[in-house]
Parts: sequence; structure tokens; C-alpha cells
Amino acid sequence: MSPIVKEPEKHVHPMEKLLRMDRIPHIWCPTCGLGTTITALAAAIEQLQLDLDDIAIVSGIGCTGRVAGYMKLDSFHTTHGRSIPFAVGLHIARPKTKVIVFSGDGDLISIGGNHFIHTARRNMDLTVICVNNFIYAMTGGQVAPTTPMTAKASTSPYGCCEHPFNLPLLAASSGAAYVARWTALHIRRLTTAIKEAITKRGFSFVEVIAPCSTLYARLNKLGTGLDLMKFYHDNSIIRHGADLKDVDIEYQSKIVVGKFVDIEKPTYLDCLNEGHKRVFGDKYKPYGGDDGDN
Amino acid sequence: MKADPKNVLTGSHYLDGNHACAEGAIAAGCKFFAGYPITPSTEIAERVSRRFPLLGGIFIQMEDELASMNAILGAAWGGKKSMTCTSGPGFSLMMENFGLGIMLETPCVLVNVQRGGPSTGLPTLPGQADMMQARWGSHGDYEVIALAPDSPQESFELAIHAFNLSEKYRMPVLIMTDECVGHMTEKVVIPPGEARPYDPVDNGGPPPMLPVGEGHRFHVTGLTHDERGYPVINAEAHEKNVRHLIDKIANNVDDIIWLEEKDVDGADVVVMAYGISSRVMQPAIAKARKEGIKVGQIKMVTVWPFPEKRVRELAAKVKALVMVEMNYGQVFLEMDRCAAGKCKTVLVGHAGGTVHKPEVIYKAIKESVK
Repeated sequence: MSPIVKEPEKHVHPMEKLLRMDRIPHIWCPTCGLGTTITALAAAIEQLQLDLDDIAIVSGIGCTGRVAGYMKLDSFHTTHGRSIPFAVGLHIARPKTKVIVFSGDGDLISIGGNHFIHTARRNMDLTVICVNNFIYAMTGGQVAPTTPMTAKASTSPYGCCEHPFNLPLLAASSGAAYVARWTALHIRRLTTAIKEAITKRGFSFVEVIAPCSTLYARLNKLGTGLDLMKFYHDNSIIRHGADLKDVDIEYQSKIVVGKFVDIEKPTYLDCLNEGHKRVFGDKYKPYGGDDGDN
Repeated sequence: MKADPKNVLTGSHYLDGNHACAEGAIAAGCKFFAGYPITPSTEIAERVSRRFPLLGGIFIQMEDELASMNAILGAAWGGKKSMTCTSGPGFSLMMENFGLGIMLETPCVLVNVQRGGPSTGLPTLPGQADMMQARWGSHGDYEVIALAPDSPQESFELAIHAFNLSEKYRMPVLIMTDECVGHMTEKVVIPPGEARPYDPVDNGGPPPMLPVGEGHRFHVTGLTHDERGYPVINAEAHEKNVRHLIDKIANNVDDIIWLEEKDVDGADVVVMAYGISSRVMQPAIAKARKEGIKVGQIKMVTVWPFPEKRVRELAAKVKALVMVEMNYGQVFLEMDRCAAGKCKTVLVGHAGGTVHKPEVIYKAIKESVK
């Protein structure tokens, strides 16, 4: 009798359809919050049953900036802070493509802060996912506009002495149609939020509170990334529709999470088409992305 | 991406250079314009914003020039012919993502209506002092194509030419005009017919752009990358990547370089200039020729890539080469380098704010052949 040869089981990554497997292993540290956040994005895309040809992803620079490079979508790795204006051009040129901006807090809110508020003001139909780890991680842990007061960073060795941005308040007051915040361990709720953000017509913003295991956790002696991820999750308070003046994050404080804004308002292209229709009447063919054969 | 012949403003018109440039872009099929107001370029944005709604194009005034440059790159990847315009300070801000456009090999057109600098300088007066910034303003090694119109008519024509070059070589192309050309009003004759269609490169050129949304799932990055667009961070990949960006221009200089030469054969002195300065030098050259000085002239319609071969040839034949430009010697440095000591080189330059006085150019010509 011949011996029974057991072939090793072939493991297929459940997200293989959405990942560039030829680029794995990725560059991120163990217990970084990006893993679960990307999982949530992938799950959201899968659950929405979107045609993958109709989604494009744009990132800036930084740890989170590398996300575009691992997603098997039409993907753009742009310059520091400029993912949003690049996405604006792409979205207007091809409105039928759902454009997702996936980047970090330093990229989107510091160097890209002006683009962020103006694109929210225009209610541009984009989904912006901001992974907030309170620090510039790729460059070695420098202080960010999101670093809580007293937290240590490589360029604030005695503790941060500046007030941080309250991102949901910034997004909402700038004009976003959808604003939510979850931590990287709220995987199911985060997936739902990303689904709602992608489906929403208008500027949608999802803040993801994520641990930086290698720098923020180490510089502040907060244990491993997993410890910090659990801390954020365990110290979060779900308060949908919270008054956004009350959702500031202090150093190792409670974190208010939830869906804060979900409103209907005309998008940039809605307003543009309406405005031109008002002036030109039937001579105006509403812009929908084609080259306008009128 | 296609031209849009039925939207061309055909016929004879009385237009300033900026409006003519906008019409040239429309004739070329430009359908996306992102810009930020800045003197003396704003008339281009204003014209486009008035014309676009009924042509199926989108004009958006962005929050700054950083955003404008990025938006036209994004729109190009979305399949639109795209353009922005600016001047001095805005040009500085656009340099960052001009580099991204070079690295992603993205076709689009950037117009710089040059004014006096540095800094805020002379917003309402002409300059030609951004020429080296055009060549080297973004970090790293790369080649550029820069065109310099000398009139509203040429502003129209070179706008179309810029779009064609940008698609042929898959890169942002610069139109380096100036306040004088931008605001001068002249007759512009626009013939009926199509703008020249996109003609793919056979040799050494880039492959066509991949369209979004057609299942390619491609990735592009400003990082050094391989043929798949994937980041590769090592010296060999960088050599290959950057070499390609340089070779696609360097191997095609004969196709790109556009000079208009006059009386160069047998000349003792050849005067070179681009843009408005090439018109301003005419009375000086005429006067010198009348006095029997053998003066030839070269108008550089393309400034970058620099006509290195031609200048080397001429330097061996003539007594002097003269460069007329509204700065303290930028393109002159290239002319001087290529002359390599074989002939005298003369700069007729000043800080900008006004065009040259013909008398100054005439004197320089006369001195140069002594």
C-alpha cells in the first residue's frame, strides 16, 4: 500500500481579490492599525458589491500613504498632502468612478489641510479615510497637528505643547456631508462607516484612531501596538450625533466615537450643473463626465 | 483624449495673448482647467471659465496653485486634456507637482505668464526670469519642454502644439509666455479645421496612458518605480527610471526643437532670443544690417530642450553670439556653455519690468563684432 501523501492546504487570503499579492509582504510594522483599517475598507467594498473597475484609490505620503500601492484597484501614490486635489481632478474628469482618498493625519490635515477644508466646503463627492495615529510615523515619530497635548514625539521630546485639531469638528464645520470616527478595533462599525461614506453623495470623512506601535507607543511608553489598540477601543464612548465641540482627544483620554454627521446636501457637480442650467437653460447639457458632445 | 474641432473659434479676432492662449487650449480639446487667480495670467482662467460650460468642459478655481497642479494631473488620469496657468509666485508653488507630473508621465499644459521677480516682484510688468526655474525648478533630474510665444497668434498656436507635445511625450509641457505677450492685443487668425491629432511616439517614447476604470487596476507612484508602476527603491531601478525620463526627450530633440532662423548663413554675429524679446530685437537688427554688419537671428520657439547642437555649430562659425532676455542671464548660461569659448558671447539682459530698448540691443550687436 502506498503511503498517503497529504498535500499542504493551499491558503488563499480572503482579501486576495483586493490586494496586490505580488507586493506582499508590506512595509508596515506588526500591530499597526493599518491592517484592520484596510480590512474594513476591503470588507466594505465587498459588501457593497461594487464593480472594482469603478473604484480608484488615491494616497499621499507617509505610512498610510502606502495603502494605495497595496490595493488592487486603479491606484495613485501622489505627493505629500496632495492626495485630495489629485482626487478632485480625477473625480471631476470621471464622476462615475468612486474615488477614495486614504491617507494619514499629517498628510491630510497638516500639509494638506487647506485642500481638506476647501474640498469639504465644495462638498466634492469623495470619500476621505484618515488614519490618525497622532504622529508622523514614516519619518520617525515627529509631532503632528493631531498630537495630544503632553504626548511625546521625536520633535517634542518634553511633550507636545500645542492644541491638536479636532478632526470631526474641522470636517463638519468645513461642510462635510458625512463624518464618523471609530478606532481601528471597531472593525464591524468601521466597515459600516466606510460603506456609508462610499455610498454617500458628497464629501465623506472617516477618522480612524489607530496605534503607531513603533513610535508613538514606544516614545510614550504605552506598551505594544496591540496594547494601545485595545486601550483606544476600551476607552471609546459611542455617542452618535455628538456635539462635535466635545469630541476633542486628549492624551490617553476617553475617545468619543460614532457617526456624527450624515446629511443630504448638493454636491459640487450638482451645484455647478444647477448654476449653469439657471443661466443657459436648455443650451446647457448637464456635465456627467463625458466630453460634452453638445 | 481628442481635439474638439467644432468648438474652435475660427475666423479673425482681436485678442490678447492670454485670451488667444485659452482659445488655443479649447481648440486642442482641453476639457479641464484648474487654476488660482494671479496677475498677469488670470485672463486665461477667466476666458476658460466663460467658454467651458457650453463646451462640456469643467473649470474649477482651486484653493491654491499646489491644488491646481494636482487637479490637472488627476483629471489627465481621468481622461481629460487638462491645463492650468499661473505666474511667478504660483509657478514656484506648482513646481512640486510639476515634478509629480514628470514622474507619473502625465500629459497636461502649464502656462506661466512671466512677470518680474523674485517674490511678489512686479505683478503687472513683464519678465523672462523664470526660465531656469522652468528647466530646474522641481527637484531631481529630468528634461522639460518649454515653448515661448511672441504674439497672441503664437499663443493660440503654441497652446495647441503644447497639448500635442504633452501627449506625444507624456509629460507636462510649459508655455513660458510673459506679461507683455499676455496683455498685448493683436489680430489672431484661426483657420477652420482640426488641431493636429495625437501622434504616438515610435522611438524611445512612453507607452500610452492607461485609462482608469477599464479593469487594468494599475498603480502609479511618485516613488522610483519599475515598468509595472511598483515602487523599487534602489540605485539600479532609479537609473533606469530617470534615464527613461531624460531619454524620451534627449533622443527626440530634433523632433521637439523649433527654431526660426533668419540670415544666419555667413553672419558674423547671431542674436538669439525667445518670446517678446525676439520681436523687440527686430529694429536693432535691422539698423545693424543697414550699417553693413552681418547679423543673423534665431528666435527660439522652444527654449527647453536647449538647441545645444545648433549653438555648438554656430559658435565655430561666427564671431559672436548675443542673447537678449529679460533677466540677468539664464538661457544665456546655456548659450555660453555650448559656445565653449569658440566665439564671444554677449548677454543683453536687465531685471525685467519693461522690454529692452532697441538701442541697447543695437549697441551690443555693434560691440560684439569689434
